[in-house]
Amino acid sequence: MDALILQLLNGMDKGAAYALIALGLTLIFGTLGVVNFAHGALFMIGAFCAVTMQRILSLSSTVIDETQKDFLGNPLKIEVPYVQSWFGDVAGAAIQDWSVPLSILLVIPVMLFVGWAMERGLIKHFYKRPHADQILVTFGLAIVIGEIIKAFYGANPIQTPSPAALTGSVDLGVGLGFEANTIIYSVWRIVYFFFAAFIIAAVFAFLQFTTFGMVVRAGMADRETVGMLGIDIDKRFTVMFGIAACVAGLAGMMYAPILSPHYNLGMDFLVLSFVVVVVGGMGSLPGAVLAGFVLGIVQSLSSMNEVKAIIPGIDQIIIYLVAIIILLTRPRGLMGRKGVMEE
Amino acid sequence: MLGLNSRDFRLFLIVCALCVFAPILLNPFPVASSLGESFNAGYPALMQRFVIFGLLVIGFNILFGLTGYLSFGHAAFLGVGSFAAVWMFKLLSYNVVPAIILSVVVAGLFSVVIGYIALRRSGIYFSILTLAFAQMMYSIAFSDLVGKLFGTIVTNGETGLQVYNDDPQILMSEGSPTVPHLFGLEMNSAFTWKVGGWEFVFQNGYYLSAIFMILGFYLSIRIFRSPFGMMLRAIKSNQTRMSYTGLDTKPYMLAAFVISGMYAGLAGGLLAAMDPLTGAERMFWTASGEIVVMAILGGVGTLVGPVLGAGVIKYLENIVSKINDSILHNWFAFMPDWLENLMVTVIHPFIGKGWHLTLGLLFMAVVIFLPGGLMQLGEKIATLFGRKKKSDDAKSGATEPAE
Repeated sequence: MDALILQLLNGMDKGAAYALIALGLTLIFGTLGVVNFAHGALFMIGAFCAVTMQRILSLSSTVIDETQKDFLGNPLKIEVPYVQSWFGDVAGAAIQDWSVPLSILLVIPVMLFVGWAMERGLIKHFYKRPHADQILVTFGLAIVIGEIIKAFYGANPIQTPSPAALTGSVDLGVGLGFEANTIIYSVWRIVYFFFAAFIIAAVFAFLQFTTFGMVVRAGMADRETVGMLGIDIDKRFTVMFGIAACVAGLAGMMYAPILSPHYNLGMDFLVLSFVVVVVGGMGSLPGAVLAGFVLGIVQSLSSMNEVKAIIPGIDQIIIYLVAIIILLTRPRGLMGRKGVMEE
Repeated sequence: MLGLNSRDFRLFLIVCALCVFAPILLNPFPVASSLGESFNAGYPALMQRFVIFGLLVIGFNILFGLTGYLSFGHAAFLGVGSFAAVWMFKLLSYNVVPAIILSVVVAGLFSVVIGYIALRRSGIYFSILTLAFAQMMYSIAFSDLVGKLFGTIVTNGETGLQVYNDDPQILMSEGSPTVPHLFGLEMNSAFTWKVGGWEFVFQNGYYLSAIFMILGFYLSIRIFRSPFGMMLRAIKSNQTRMSYTGLDTKPYMLAAFVISGMYAGLAGGLLAAMDPLTGAERMFWTASGEIVVMAILGGVGTLVGPVLGAGVIKYLENIVSKINDSILHNWFAFMPDWLENLMVTVIHPFIGKGWHLTLGLLFMAVVIFLPGGLMQLGEKIATLFGRKKKSDDAKSGATEPAE
């Protein structure tokens, strides 16, 4: 029982990550009708924003400290990070410690810009081209982004620790009436779950309750009519692309402490997120979220020892199996609309 | 001749000639010269890759070029073929004939099953389904899940599959070679011809692969020109209308898928025959992506485009990743120092380990500006010089993949 709950938690957590990436992908597909194979790369850029923030905050100046001496009796040179010299030792150290959450300040402008540049510079020219061409050009872009990251940051994964206060784990089982030390869960993963839930809710609220969101939804349903009403729908869709990029970037940034960012991270997540989107139904936002959670939970449950004893290694292929079964029984995915990508 | 019209026959002869004389043509520079070190490509390992990947992409082109169905999981069949071939080496002997036959058969069986399921959907869904199947097969091979299920070794997981001394090899007799061979003709033995500063290597393995590629190429011409090929093109241009006329498109699609899967299996078998070991990484989805890249770069839907694309990519991969900073400094030595250093700094990210960056940019450029690939570029240049070239190849070359 406790193992089951633990795996459910794991599944919710994984599902939150899948749902977040798939949400961004679906936003792009639903608004612009573009199949974006570079979405994993956007996720990766977000993760590397966290790395960059960490590096910026640890930029330091060399100060000669007269109070400390090395073994020859000379004054010791110590590296003092700028943040510590500006904000004082305690506050500076705290800022450094919280570099991952703080990189949100970097992620949002960077991702908005990247999204805008991508849409205006490249994808705009591909609306009228076949979907296969869109796949191909964004696939090429994903390779290029990955390689640029490799050129700047090297090929090795880079550790980006979460804040000390949110590292470690908590014993959730005690609160639920289980014995101590049965359900122990990483704090950062819980934070990630709530963060993802918040972002998903925010995106839905934005689309549902703002005028901008209403126009975008109308545009998703019938682009031409909205255009005829005198609304510059293209401009709004560009903004939505930026927002989708932001969602992917934020997902990547918060994922950095869980999985150390490396240049292939985008590619690793890409295939999975596509499977999630297709299972949810192309173009359906609730479908993407639902499919993310379903696949995350299914994957976690199948990685239980009891299941693995019957079929070894099932956890590695279960997602693809489920995807294949769902696509064959419900060809439009869980919540796909009629007429999307069906020519 | 051979059931081809005169244009196709000429094309076929050119490809044959290129394959036969490749060891000479690809070694234009003397061995010892610096140009030879950088640009010569006439050594067996690379030439084998040219023809084997050429074969693979010819097969992929029958699916993508003719029907417009973009499969993102073709490397899976390549991997299956390789595994089948290595198993034949392990169980029977190092003779390549059973290995290659089995690799084609097994890849064919897999593509029947996968094709039957994946072809129920079209467009992007088909791409994702093939991708999902390929990733699933990769995971299975990488962790040897089938082997674990039955408590034995099937793909040998991360280590990769190879032939060991204690394998049964029941057809192995006393004097038979311990490397892949064709009835005694060892694949890796070669004849080296030295003329002046030049050195030309003619290797058995290369020629075996080249023969298979030529056969595959011939078959693909026949398919392109056959009523079957015409039917596939019709499906590409408008599948709905084909169904309205009362035609069941499914068998045609499945046939195309299986044929192209068998090509991939054959290529996998040949890869294993050249070097009798294989691993799951051959099936990873980026490998499938590479096949797509080759096809697009050469020109989808054209006859020679795929071979050209495979050759160009493999050649560039080899050459570009060999170049390093000191070679660049040599090249730009005639410039003033500051300019030389600037040039080297600018080019540095694109060479050596940055090969994939070059590949990505090249690929993007081709997709954006030249949807017909290098073949389209060739035609553009030809028309630029005033040659009125209206071939039926050109018509089929303009690809608009179906959704």
